[in-house]
Amino acid sequence: MKRFKPDNKGYYGTYGGAFIPEMLLPNIATLQASYLEIINSESFRKEFRQLLKDYVGRPTPLFYSANLSKRYHTQVFLKREDLNHTGAHKINNTIGQILIAKHLNKQRIIAETGAGQHGVATATACALMGMECTVFMGAVDMKRQAHNVERMRMLGARVVPAESGSRTLKDATNEAIREWIRYPEDTHYIIGSVVGPHPYPDMVAIFQSVISDEIKLQVKAKCGKEHPDIVIACVGGGSNAIGAFYHFIDNGHTRLIAVEAAGMGLESGKTAASIAMGRKGVIHGNMTFLMQTEDGQITEPHSVSAGLDYPGIGPAHAYLWDTGKIEVVSITDEAALKAGLMLTRMDGIIPALESAHAIAYLEYLNAAPEDVVVVNLSGRGDKDLPAYQKYFQSCPID
Amino acid sequence: MSNRLTDLFAQSDRFKLSLFFTAGYPRLVDTERILTALEEGGVDFVEIGFPFSDPMADGPVIQNSSQQAIANGMALKVLFGQLKGIRDRIRIPLVLMGYLNPVLQFGMQQFIANCVTCGVDGLILPDLPVEVYVDQYKAQFEAAGLAFIPLITPQTSPERIRFLDTHGSGFIYLVSGPGTTGGDKCLEQEAAYFERVKAMPLRLPKVAGFGVRTKSDIELLRQYVDGAIIGSAFVRHLEAGWSNASVAHFVAALK
Ligand SMILES: Cc1ncc(COP(=O)(O)O)c(C=O)c1O
Repeated sequence: MKRFKPDNKGYYGTYGGAFIPEMLLPNIATLQASYLEIINSESFRKEFRQLLKDYVGRPTPLFYSANLSKRYHTQVFLKREDLNHTGAHKINNTIGQILIAKHLNKQRIIAETGAGQHGVATATACALMGMECTVFMGAVDMKRQAHNVERMRMLGARVVPAESGSRTLKDATNEAIREWIRYPEDTHYIIGSVVGPHPYPDMVAIFQSVISDEIKLQVKAKCGKEHPDIVIACVGGGSNAIGAFYHFIDNGHTRLIAVEAAGMGLESGKTAASIAMGRKGVIHGNMTFLMQTEDGQITEPHSVSAGLDYPGIGPAHAYLWDTGKIEVVSITDEAALKAGLMLTRMDGIIPALESAHAIAYLEYLNAAPEDVVVVNLSGRGDKDLPAYQKYFQSCPID
Repeated sequence: MSNRLTDLFAQSDRFKLSLFFTAGYPRLVDTERILTALEEGGVDFVEIGFPFSDPMADGPVIQNSSQQAIANGMALKVLFGQLKGIRDRIRIPLVLMGYLNPVLQFGMQQFIANCVTCGVDGLILPDLPVEVYVDQYKAQFEAAGLAFIPLITPQTSPERIRFLDTHGSGFIYLVSGPGTTGGDKCLEQEAAYFERVKAMPLRLPKVAGFGVRTKSDIELLRQYVDGAIIGSAFVRHLEAGWSNASVAHFVAALK
């Protein structure tokens, strides 16, 4: 089957592209011209595969949750991306991109981070490869994900607070882009999701596609089915979701469900559901759906989960939604917290608040008993203990 | 079609000075007063920034002014309302600078029509790549007599500069030193870049900006280019409280 990819200018339908200032053009043009060749080279493939196996710990298990299956009257499997080294899917991408950076002879890495998982995964890859690392993080996020800030610092990264705008992921991304504009020559920017100008959305999707590669084999081995019937994943920018969907897109069979963060509710004005509440526009170098005012100012998103607290969504998801190839739904802060606690008590797995959004959707799914439902458990929840504790103390679960 | 900006550079070899300010800053209603002060102060043309929430090529000074302008209520529809009829009073060329998303939400066609109605001469849209401009908008810009001003940096290759020179209009904007606006790099470090671009026989006049602050910067640039744009330093001046006299002073001190 043909792989899912944008056209040669980086468009998925009318979404994507590379809306970048001239200052970034040399770097972006170099990446555009070389990323596929590098990724397809034998030496890259070998090194990437080896590191994913021996360093990251792949393949990650596909866990049959008897408890969730019983509760929801269907067959629920959890894809355990939380068991990756550093605790989330993010490292699949940072290992890939740091190898790209080495091929391009870059000495210095910059990154943005929301929940801090991408920042930690970047700092980790930099420690491994001996590269200098600077991570931009919204000042608000540095507070609510303090544990990850300390991890990044221990790994040798410099963590720079983004103090503009809502001081969350969008603003950290702005600061990283500005830094790249200031230091274009020796620096590679490791974007943490399937966002940004072409070729980032495609490049990051390729690195994350290992998730659905494995799901496909594991579903076959465990259930004898060629494909899962349903795959559910949360979406911030959309990298864990595209990774979990990748090999099932257009197979005419699998229902692909992306879960956005509704925050306090879609109509509350405090939400991060870009498809539900956004309009088409340009953010961070690509054409996609984003939450904005009538005048085209990007609005400040809200989600209890820092990794989903982003006003846009990757252009591939915008296209897949627009063409009816995926379903996009949303889950509130409260429902996510509740689902996170439920999974903790039921299966002994503390999920990241991001991933808890995907778990929470099981409540609304109405799958058939024989359906194979895969929920992508994108990360672990240690970083979210303060938020869970606060919720737990105010409304203990039954 | 005649264009004030093109005419300005065609008419004399004199070094041109331009200042940038953010529309709606410090106060929403300042636009026309600042334009008047600048024309009276003797600048050759003006760059008016329309604010965006996420200005990726801008440093802190212009970011802050943009945020404040948005909070003051500035938007493209407000700006065009303020600029309507401005040509009865202001004669120097006007260039609008801003990011693509507000323009797309306003509607490109309507945006161009409003620029024509208000007598805007040129546009700087840093995140509209020239390839997309050529594919989708160039014919409309040319039909409307609007200049599309391309940016170049020290990393821009000679082939690319020639490509931008072919498709751009008005002038070619030399971003002086790798950086966002308001950078504090010493311009002399970029002498080789200015020298290299100076030696290129280009169709468009050459104007330098980003990080240009002082009279000595201007003195240096005179050797290489046809004009200079001062942005953050002027926005900072406005921030501190301004009058027509203070703006005249600011301009005179640069000449
Ligand atoms: C565990 C986890 N899941 C999901 C996300 C959301 O990102 P994406 O939509 O790119 O997977 C993040 C981002 O920080 C994360 O840390």
